Amino acid sequence: MLLHEIAHARTGDKGTMVTISLIAYRKEDFVRLEKEVTAERVAEHFREWVDGPVLRFSLPHLGALNFVLQRPAAFSVTRSLALDAHGKCLGSALLAMEI
Amino acid sequence: MKTVRIGAGAGYSGDRIDPAVELAAKGSLDYLVFECLAERTIALAQKARLRDASAGYDPLLEERMRAVLPICSERRIRIVSNMGAANPRAAAVKTCEIVRELGLPNVRVAAVTGDDVLGLLRRKIDVLTSLEGPLPPEERWIAANAYVGAAPVAQALAGGADVVLTGRVADPALFLAPLVHEFGWSWENWETLGQGTVIGHLLECAGQLTGGYFADPGYKDVLNLARLGFPIAAVEPDGSAVLTKVEGSGGMLTRATCTEQLLYEIQDPSMYFTPDVVADFSQVHLEEMGPDRVRVSGGRGRARPSTLKVSIGYHDGFIGEGQISYAGPNALPRAELARDILAERLAAFPMAELRFDFIGMNAIHGAQLSAHAPAPYEVRLRAAGRAASAATAMWIQREVEALYTNGPAGGGGASGSTREILAIASALMPRESVSPQVEILESRHASA
Repeated sequence: MLLHEIAHARTGDKGTMVTISLIAYRKEDFVRLEKEVTAERVAEHFREWVDGPVLRFSLPHLGALNFVLQRPAAFSVTRSLALDAHGKCLGSALLAMEI
Repeated sequence: MKTVRIGAGAGYSGDRIDPAVELAAKGSLDYLVFECLAERTIALAQKARLRDASAGYDPLLEERMRAVLPICSERRIRIVSNMGAANPRAAAVKTCEIVRELGLPNVRVAAVTGDDVLGLLRRKIDVLTSLEGPLPPEERWIAANAYVGAAPVAQALAGGADVVLTGRVADPALFLAPLVHEFGWSWENWETLGQGTVIGHLLECAGQLTGGYFADPGYKDVLNLARLGFPIAAVEPDGSAVLTKVEGSGGMLTRATCTEQLLYEIQDPSMYFTPDVVADFSQVHLEEMGPDRVRVSGGRGRARPSTLKVSIGYHDGFIGEGQISYAGPNALPRAELARDILAERLAAFPMAELRFDFIGMNAIHGAQLSAHAPAPYEVRLRAAGRAASAATAMWIQREVEALYTNGPAGGGGASGSTREILAIASALMPRESVSPQVEILESRHASA
């Protein structure tokens, strides 16, 4: 099953940093998110994109996880040559993760 | 019990204007706040000001003010906005001019300045601590602005301003200032300042709280996005608030839309740094009170940092870009051939960086995440590169266009652009080096 079936996400950016929130549609699915979507798995999922460790913050009362990814310096929002310079679409790529 | 109603009239510089008019007309507002200043916007505005001393404020200021001032003047709704950008005083003068032209009663317009620290930093660069590696060379700096807090905005409101126009002020501070002013909160009450910052953070992107940037058909359906309503916070003296929107407007406001926005651009939710407070979002409670009504409480905070964040906008060369499409059988191999030809041709020029994408295949997420994408019917080759001079960067669009008569079969729809790059570097500086100022103009006699 894809994460997309049980969770939604929003991506934010500041400089070379990208943040992705991952929110369970149903509270009872949060335990599964917390268990399966570890910082290590997210780092592996985005291995071409991240530079350094991924941080994960847990907000159980909101049914949400918050991830912070560092991108290489060439990918800062204002310098990047990428079509999606902000990395706004990365949250959708997270939802493509198999769980 | 006194409740203060604040509406969010814009989430970025180019945002829709009609939802702000709807808020002013039907939102029973006390305040209408427009957040219009992205990281790079102020450097662009500074460039405009260098060409013309009376320019440098938000390009849509005039259109926005003409749309909302008549209603706001009639209903005594006060306006707060960072549309002053690189020239808050000129924005205030222009606003006074519009008030007179519209024949409205006298309006007091405040300009908050002092965020522009470019001159100061050129004299005393050693006060800066870079946040990400070495700072760009000084000769390339175009603008340097400190993120100022809510205090000068609240001071302007206390001075009787009906409209407050600022340059760089921390986004949530635009919303926090009216709350501090109305409720008389102490500047040392970290809990209320933290909760007020939560409200500001939720509102600052306007439509992103009410169903914008949220819809995913079949999973997260949102009604009537073409008529998206912007959010309102009805705030009580203890800082707890009910978030809502104008009845009958498009979009929706639910626990889910609020959760996405609460965490938007947040790193550690227990430590959100602002000039006014280190806010703690980790215990925020969101409760659905009814359709499009969410109660938010539990924001907390700790003492404000001793430093302010500074954004330095600097010239960083030029980006050239070109695109061309291939379709039908064997589209991808033809696009790949076109890429190889471009790579060979462009190797003759001093590009600092060059990249090729196949739009529709891997342009957004790169080779790894897109590895299993099926070959599409049509594919668009994109080349982008960085160069020190515009003339060099322009070779990318020239070479892409040349693929028509010199490249693979069936290329179509070539396009290209060359643009100057304004990049942003972030740093910290001591709070006491920045001194915001407030000047209040009266529309009946203000002039440039």
